[in-house]
Amino acid sequence: MISHPIASIIGILIVALSLSAFLIWVERRLLALWQDRYGPNRVGPFGLLQVLADMIKIFTKEDWIPPFADKPVFVIAPAIIMVTVLMSFAVLPVAPGIIVSDLNIGLLFFLGMSSLGVYSIVLAGWASGNKYSLLGGLRAAAQMISYEVFMGLSLMGVVLLAGTFNLTRIVEAQRGLWYVVPQFLGFVLFLIAGVAEARRLPFDLPEAEAELVAGFHSEYSGMKFGMFFVGEYLGITLISSMIAVLFLGGWNGPWLPPLAWFLIKVFAFLCFFILLRASLPRLRFDQLMSLGWKVMFPLALANLLVTGAIVLAKK
Amino acid sequence: MGTIYIDGKPYEADPQNNLLHVCLSLGFDLPYFCWHPALNSVGACRQCAIKQFKGEQDKKGKLVMACMTPASPDTRISLLDPDAVAFRAGIIEGMMLSHPHDCPVCDEGGECHLQDMTVMTGHDYRRAEFQKRTFRNQDLGPFLNHEMNRCIQCYRCVRFYRQYAGGKDLNAFSINNTVYFGRNEDGVLENEFAGNLVEVCPTGVFTDRTLKQHYTRKWDLRMAPSVCGHCGVGCNVTLGERYSLLRRVVNRFNSEVNGYFLCDRGRFAYEFVNSPNRIRTPQLDGEAISGEAAEWEFQNLTSSRDRLIGIGSPRASLEANFALRQLVGADRFFAGVESKEWTLITTMIDILKRGPARSPALNEIEHSDAVLILGEDVTNSAPRMALSLRQSVRQQPMEIAKKLQVPLWMDDAVREVVQDQRGPFFISAPFATRLDDIAAITYRAAPDDAARLGFAVAHEIDANAPPVPGLHEKMRAMARVIADALKKAKRPLVVSGPSCRSLAVVESAANVAKALCGFSQPAMLGLLTPECNSFGLALLGAHALDEAVALTGKDATVIVLENDLYRRLPLEKADALLGSAARVIVLEHLSNTTSARASLLLPAATIAESDGTLVSNEGRAQRYFSVFPHQAEVRESWRWLRKPQWSSLDDVLSDLAKEVPQLAAVVNAAPSSKFRVDGAKVPREPHRASGRTAMTANLTVVEPKPPVDPDSALSYTMEGAPLQPPGALQPFFWSPGWNSIQSVNKFQSEIGASLRTGDPGVRLIKPSGKGEYFTQIPSHFVRREREWLVIPIEHIFGTEELSQHAPAIATLAFKPYLALNASDAGSLGLANEGEELEIELGGAKHRLPAKILPDLPAGVAGIPNGLDFAFGEVFPTWRRIERVS
Amino acid sequence: MLSVIRTIWNVFLHSFRRRVTIQYPDEKPYLTPRTRGRIILSRDPDGGERCVACHLCSAVCPVDCIALQATEDENGRRYPEFFRINFSRCIFCGLCEDACPTYAIQLTPDFEMSEHNRQNLVYEKQDLLISGPGKYTGYNFWRVSGVQIEGKDKGEAENEAPPTDVYRLTP
Repeated sequence: MISHPIASIIGILIVALSLSAFLIWVERRLLALWQDRYGPNRVGPFGLLQVLADMIKIFTKEDWIPPFADKPVFVIAPAIIMVTVLMSFAVLPVAPGIIVSDLNIGLLFFLGMSSLGVYSIVLAGWASGNKYSLLGGLRAAAQMISYEVFMGLSLMGVVLLAGTFNLTRIVEAQRGLWYVVPQFLGFVLFLIAGVAEARRLPFDLPEAEAELVAGFHSEYSGMKFGMFFVGEYLGITLISSMIAVLFLGGWNGPWLPPLAWFLIKVFAFLCFFILLRASLPRLRFDQLMSLGWKVMFPLALANLLVTGAIVLAKK
Repeated sequence: MGTIYIDGKPYEADPQNNLLHVCLSLGFDLPYFCWHPALNSVGACRQCAIKQFKGEQDKKGKLVMACMTPASPDTRISLLDPDAVAFRAGIIEGMMLSHPHDCPVCDEGGECHLQDMTVMTGHDYRRAEFQKRTFRNQDLGPFLNHEMNRCIQCYRCVRFYRQYAGGKDLNAFSINNTVYFGRNEDGVLENEFAGNLVEVCPTGVFTDRTLKQHYTRKWDLRMAPSVCGHCGVGCNVTLGERYSLLRRVVNRFNSEVNGYFLCDRGRFAYEFVNSPNRIRTPQLDGEAISGEAAEWEFQNLTSSRDRLIGIGSPRASLEANFALRQLVGADRFFAGVESKEWTLITTMIDILKRGPARSPALNEIEHSDAVLILGEDVTNSAPRMALSLRQSVRQQPMEIAKKLQVPLWMDDAVREVVQDQRGPFFISAPFATRLDDIAAITYRAAPDDAARLGFAVAHEIDANAPPVPGLHEKMRAMARVIADALKKAKRPLVVSGPSCRSLAVVESAANVAKALCGFSQPAMLGLLTPECNSFGLALLGAHALDEAVALTGKDATVIVLENDLYRRLPLEKADALLGSAARVIVLEHLSNTTSARASLLLPAATIAESDGTLVSNEGRAQRYFSVFPHQAEVRESWRWLRKPQWSSLDDVLSDLAKEVPQLAAVVNAAPSSKFRVDGAKVPREPHRASGRTAMTANLTVVEPKPPVDPDSALSYTMEGAPLQPPGALQPFFWSPGWNSIQSVNKFQSEIGASLRTGDPGVRLIKPSGKGEYFTQIPSHFVRREREWLVIPIEHIFGTEELSQHAPAIATLAFKPYLALNASDAGSLGLANEGEELEIELGGAKHRLPAKILPDLPAGVAGIPNGLDFAFGEVFPTWRRIERVS
Repeated sequence: MLSVIRTIWNVFLHSFRRRVTIQYPDEKPYLTPRTRGRIILSRDPDGGERCVACHLCSAVCPVDCIALQATEDENGRRYPEFFRINFSRCIFCGLCEDACPTYAIQLTPDFEMSEHNRQNLVYEKQDLLISGPGKYTGYNFWRVSGVQIEGKDKGEAENEAPPTDVYRLTP
């Protein structure tokens, strides 16, 4: 089943964007569930239309640019995050044939795009002309550099096993055994790095509302804030999808159609991310850095070494 | 100075003082009731009990009353001793036995000395199960409310009223635990200082009845330092405002001027500010216009080529008068006072500036030991000064107490020693005055004869002084007695003033003072002024009002500043002045005859809504501050008249200092608007002021921006530094645990002495020469057939212009009368008082009921000063009086 | 590490707990009479206004949302000429009730006073005054206080002796 790439683009765009909006509702409901509350349940059935209400609100809000901000950069920053995350979706194999661009270096493309995303945060923090925003931006830069390294390394095991950077082939390579079993350490490392990459709790230091007002997006309001918001949820969706693709066999699975399997896996990880938010407190910045460099990075190296050795030995 | 030990710590203390005085001066909180800094100790209430020890070894000690124990060197006392604490708690519990359960509805609540002391001693719950004693109240007139149930029998009221103020009609009645303080029967308290009972009473027995009409707790009042504008003495007062309504006046301590007390006119006249007669919108030819339009119109009128004629006012601030003078030019600036009075005022200023005698502050008057009053009924023309004069007769007899080593603060003992002895005090006035009861000699004479007595006294003191031709031997003997007494005195004082409208009287007083100065002691010369800023206007320099009449014409614009010309000039003259001018611009706060003739009427702010400087009869320049921002279209007079470059009062003052060198010191009367305490303004509101978010919520729920005061270092809100500001900026007295007016203790350098940050005001007049003797001695007063010399009689209530707009004062204002002595009345065939007499005044015949003043000299008639149809008459004047048949 | 996982697990277990939210306004919670809600002014058992305009509530109010003006009837009974509470500022702390010496001002369990227009949250005396004594029945300040009002002469308050005879001179 090979569909037209334009159809895929449109399909993935619509699904990704509406999913991220829907995620806002899911997150609030789930957080409420784990905190013995109800969450939004007034607007529409089960509060589902809450998202719509929020959207209307955010669209109609005054688009305010503070006089002390660096205006062009301030405007561009939120667009960058949207663009980079959506670009990553281009190489994502959702189901057999449902992919925008089946690149040979899909995995590298994904890593590259997610690294670019941090520019959005840094520039937003800088352009806001606000000390809290700047601190948020600085933290984002440091955090991204630290976690990018072992994120890439943790995936190299998968690449070694599959022998390719093409994500479709990686999925197909898992038809027998999901890589979560041979690459369990890599899975855990990528999971943690992914949380950091998406700037979600417990690694949401650039935002850190308890310390930095709202961090890099303190000065943002209206639709620009909305773009950051959507960007964040797209980021989670992307990371969940990548985990499903790289470690849980993508669309592979018995009985159900491949698309369903993919969505189930992605949704499970989305819920897991929300669960993390519900249960874990934010790390201190120095803890974050030392965890990244002193624990995760050596572990990722060790994982690569052992995997490499085993792959070599098998040959 | 000696060292005393309080709870083991050494302190410096003056052995001349008692321990309560010392403890309070040192800042300790020691409860007291019967003691008052001006009334001293009687040891009646037993509340200030402390432990006194014989020496360092003595651990047991004995309870003594701090107010009755001298602070001798090496005294060892304890305030915190458990016995003393328990004793004080017991005393207050006893006092509270019959105190009614009514603090919530008591006007004293929140500024009650009894509340403060009860909290201080820790008493909180009534254990007694007996019935409470109750009393019936009396109606004491429009000023005071009487609620005897609250009384704790400290006797302060009668001690102040009878012993200090010389009143007769308030007394203690009944016996043991039912002692009652009141009058023999319902009625207005006669004494002119009865209003002080509000502050003297430590609880709510005597409260301000005018405040009750619009009651506000002290903590809710916005308060500001002000100066009383209802006579020339310049007492310091604190005004209180809420909801843009002036609520009350209380005394503001100034050790040199009014000390702890005010007169009733000063205390209760404030209600003129709330009068329905207030002018609140500008009017152009009778049509109300907006403030901007009025400003534009004013600019237009004053910048035209017409001649401007400015008429100032002795009841407007220096700044307003100066602004007008700058606008019209010194040549065409006229004092709003007719020439006879103006000559008197300028002569008095000259006497004080050129002569050797110093004009005394009230505090110095209190301590003078021989007094000669020439031609003034001080109680009615400058009431607060009369209270000080009354104290002066105690000065000489107190020397006896000193010799007997009776400490002067031991009030009862001193009075026991003094008995009825009084120092030399002489009054020469045309009629009986309220100070006659303390006078050794009272001389009733027409103004000319009063002046002759003065000249005679001067000649008796100093032979170089001009002799009085044709002096009667009896009068010479009297003059000799007076001269001897004045010569013997250490701090002699001569008081005179313009009430008789006689230059000779003032000049004779000047001669006496000069003669005394030449003799030995630096004598003091107290000259009264008719209005609150008469001397300020005279120092500024102006022409007499009469001269303006000649200048007016079709090309003239007359600007009248806060002045009713129909009170100053005869009707036809005032009409001529205003009627022939092309335009009349009037700045005024209460509508009157002059304001009715204005083509452009500008609403001026009263003393309560504006800042300014007044010069008192002492020559003391004192700043008053607005207590609340003026309403919409009302502005300070100087703001209406201002030059474009003046943005705040500071600018006016600095220009004033530059232009008029002899007024340069007025800048120092109070700190400028740039002044800050600890980097912040001085708050007008106490920190407990309430209702900020609800006061105006009925109009709009959006809270208005707090008003800004560009003219002073005071803020209109509670925002500011809660520290003691310089004396001139002290908005109110409050100290933790001391909510009543007695908290002034905490602000004084020593009890009864000056404020820690200095007393307000600067003296502008310094005696600088020897002066010359006046030689124009009038001849003996000769009565005429069927004509009487009509003199004005001053009245504390009714004479002063603004106070009549206060309802409480208006009810006590004089009823019109024509006073004659009994034989003159008989010669007219009058059988009874109250029968009507006919007299021509102000160009028309008027009928007035007769009043018999037995002391009035034959051939002299008196009418109350302030009769509306007699305005503009130049007194004294000869008039025919006939009986209406 | 283990503790982190245990935490996550424990939080996850909350999926199966009962929810504590009460579904207001479908479900009304029980409010005790002492709940601090809308402020009222009560009347004494004789039907008179309890408030004596002592200004203590306004003085103690931390947000200064009470303003009133005292006045008196011709017989000396004091009452507020106006009494205004700006509920848009009120924080329902209840200090006014504590300060009130006459039990006049009381907080009630009613808290449903939302308005679209803030101005409607300014309550005047006629909005505040209720017809009964509220939580505190029986107390009447004027019966206790030693001030004379209509219907209660001097010496007729609780625990008061009849007025003394001023002219008595025997001990």
